[in-house]
Amino acid sequence: MDAEAAPRPFVSRDGMMLGARLTVPFIPGLVIYGSAFGTAAAQKGLTLSESMLSSAIVFAGAAQLVSLELWRDNWTFASILAITLLVMTVNARMLLMGASLQPWLHGIDGRVLWPGIHLMTDANWIIAERYRSDGGRDAGVLFGSGVLQWIIWVLAVIPGYMAGSLVEEPRRYGLDLVMPIIFAGMLVPIWKGKQDLVPWGVAGAVALTTSALVPGYAFIVAGALSGALTAALLPVRDHG
Amino acid sequence: MADLLGPVAPDAALALICMAFATWLCRAGGVWLMTHVPITPRVRRGLSALPGSIMIATVLPIAVKSGPAAIAALVAAILAMLKWRKEVIALGAGLLTVSLLRAAGL
Repeated sequence: MDAEAAPRPFVSRDGMMLGARLTVPFIPGLVIYGSAFGTAAAQKGLTLSESMLSSAIVFAGAAQLVSLELWRDNWTFASILAITLLVMTVNARMLLMGASLQPWLHGIDGRVLWPGIHLMTDANWIIAERYRSDGGRDAGVLFGSGVLQWIIWVLAVIPGYMAGSLVEEPRRYGLDLVMPIIFAGMLVPIWKGKQDLVPWGVAGAVALTTSALVPGYAFIVAGALSGALTAALLPVRDHG
Repeated sequence: MADLLGPVAPDAALALICMAFATWLCRAGGVWLMTHVPITPRVRRGLSALPGSIMIATVLPIAVKSGPAAIAALVAAILAMLKWRKEVIALGAGLLTVSLLRAAGL
């Protein structure tokens, strides 16, 4: 394919369609968690408009759900600041996800990149990393997946808000673990050889320690940064 | 339909806009930062270890907190991926494993 010979990344319609197709395995999870957010938002007293607005403009499941803990009827400057900071801590992992994709996105028109990057989720980040590790250059894969996920995510709020959650006990079917399961599976194609062993080990050890000591989501950033730093600082071994 | 949707309170809208902007900063910030960092060989090695490190750092603590059924599900997903290289199969293997083990009371 000439896609792989292209010197710069690009965004094509074919790439966007491919991204949408690669998103299919994530759809059941998106529907269930999008509707679960709708249910939780209804219980917290948000209107349906407010719930859908949250999904449409924040577009980050974990942050939206956690933010409901700080939701209130009357807002002060302090309470808005608090919920904004909470959202930033939950989403801090996205800083690293964006950093890891940057060399792959370099050269894309800023008028596409800066608004489009708001469509990046755990799911299409991993789809893009996988596609990229196979040599793919078409950034449409990231954005096309994001568009499809956005539509599903916003619409899924409605049944959840109206009718309660779609699946009574998501835990029973392991649906609370969809993202970790996919992350675990993706470790296989992302593995590049023995040089990954020490950084990944450090990432895991630091994440486990952090999660035992610090409440919240700091473990992801702490572990991931430690792994990347380790890889950067390790001496390069010569081959042969 | 308007009754169903309900109003958006102005202060709630402001809170949501701040949350959205904070999220966009996280999404765009990492990309922006790396466009301003020269990609030396060292930085390249760090970046190339980053995706796997993010995945491990996300998965391990969640697995440990969620218990043996979750750990078994992640192992099943890795094994399925090693064999078939298809994420749908890996996801199916993981979900099947965790539902069976949870049904068995683990």
